[in-house]
Amino acid sequence: MTGKPKISMYWAASCGGCEIALVNINEKIIDVDANFDFMFCPCLLDTKKQEIKELPDESIFITFFNGGIRTEENEEMAHLLRKKSKVLIAFGSCAYEGCIPALANLSSRDELFKTVYLDNPSIDNPLGVLPVPESEVPEGMLEIPRFYDTLRTLSQVVDVDYFIPGCPPEPKQIWNVIELVISGAPLPPRKSVIGAGTSSVCEECDRKKSEKKVEKFYRNYEIIPEKEKCLLEQGLICMGIATRDGCGALCPQVNMPCTGCYGPPEGVLDQGAKMVSAIGSIMDIDGIKGLSDEKIIEKINSTIESIPDPAGLFYKYSLADSMLKRRIKP
Amino acid sequence: MQNSTAIKENMLDNTVNIEKAKKMEVFEPRIIGFLCNWCSYAGADKAGAAQKPYSPNVSVIKVMCSGRIDPQFILEAFKKGADGVMILACHPGDCHYKEGNYRAVQRHRLLLRLLKQFGIEEERCRFDYVSAGEGDRFVSVINETVEAVKKLGPLKI
Repeated sequence: MTGKPKISMYWAASCGGCEIALVNINEKIIDVDANFDFMFCPCLLDTKKQEIKELPDESIFITFFNGGIRTEENEEMAHLLRKKSKVLIAFGSCAYEGCIPALANLSSRDELFKTVYLDNPSIDNPLGVLPVPESEVPEGMLEIPRFYDTLRTLSQVVDVDYFIPGCPPEPKQIWNVIELVISGAPLPPRKSVIGAGTSSVCEECDRKKSEKKVEKFYRNYEIIPEKEKCLLEQGLICMGIATRDGCGALCPQVNMPCTGCYGPPEGVLDQGAKMVSAIGSIMDIDGIKGLSDEKIIEKINSTIESIPDPAGLFYKYSLADSMLKRRIKP
Repeated sequence: MQNSTAIKENMLDNTVNIEKAKKMEVFEPRIIGFLCNWCSYAGADKAGAAQKPYSPNVSVIKVMCSGRIDPQFILEAFKKGADGVMILACHPGDCHYKEGNYRAVQRHRLLLRLLKQFGIEEERCRFDYVSAGEGDRFVSVINETVEAVKKLGPLKI
């Protein structure tokens, strides 16, 4: 073992894109290796859980934890890595605010299992077998981790020191964080969001913005947007207005509306609610002035009809960390 | 002897009655009402000045304009235990700030769709217009909402 500070990266309920984002710092990975002992990362290295258990507490300097807490195993690893790490960073949208896996919080575990294991055109499961924590086989009892009803973020399970947003975090921002640590400069206040800005994506977006009066919303495939005009003004639901900056406004630059992966800007508690607020502010009101109460509602409903799944769209990344966190249990 | 049996029976009756009362205990919803300063709050004042009785279930929060009501406020109210939320605004065209109530109704329509996906019924989040002169309307809107939420029962988040 070397005397370099240890750095580790773990994945819970996530896709593996965060590991790719880390490797995407390219040749800088050599600097990481020069400064740190990269000792645990199930995606890239063969270190075992037992070896982590045997380490003294707080002996890992930094753990980048990506993924939400979906299963018993995710939770166990979150506790273990919290204990063994000096600085625990929720890395990426899943660990920070739930991300795509958290959209399942709009359903129950049973509904989820039904869709995944039973009612799916590509599923062949005539016996209707569902995952159970314990099952008896001739060789003995098999145990798999329990699957929770609600996906939680890392900070809802253990104490987290910092949050790096993004799906995945931009390599440049990851490097900024690592560079800061290497430089020995004092770390930002605990619990802060690092590797990102504090304002909104609009701040970084070069598109021309003027007064917004949207009469109709479009889905991405329906129109080819003008190159320079704000996407929201063209009726595309661009989440940039309710999303933290730091990514460099990459998506709007290539004609794709922001989907909100950097989470809410500083000071905003609920990204979806903020988006509802923003949409209410940019919809054209000239068309509803002078109408009767009923006609006003009709007109508004017809405008927002083209947003088929507002919760899925506005909380694509932040559902688990939103105010309501999940669909209300009946 | 007869006396003590009577007392016993009486006591038994009482216990049964208390049990019955417990079971029949009416659910009293907690509702947060966001009222605009210029119209609806004045309308509430009017109802008060005229001593009109109405359901006491609504806790009123005065805001300068219905357009100031951030959807986060509504979610926060639900999260902190409100069974219902009301937004009362000036009638269309009467907004003190010209268009705040249009913004509020647009947000409300979209929020209703969002709430539905979270399993929160439409009746729990009511938007309506009450002007400064409409004390009676204020009373009926309040009573209707309280009744509707009572029927739905408590919201468990």
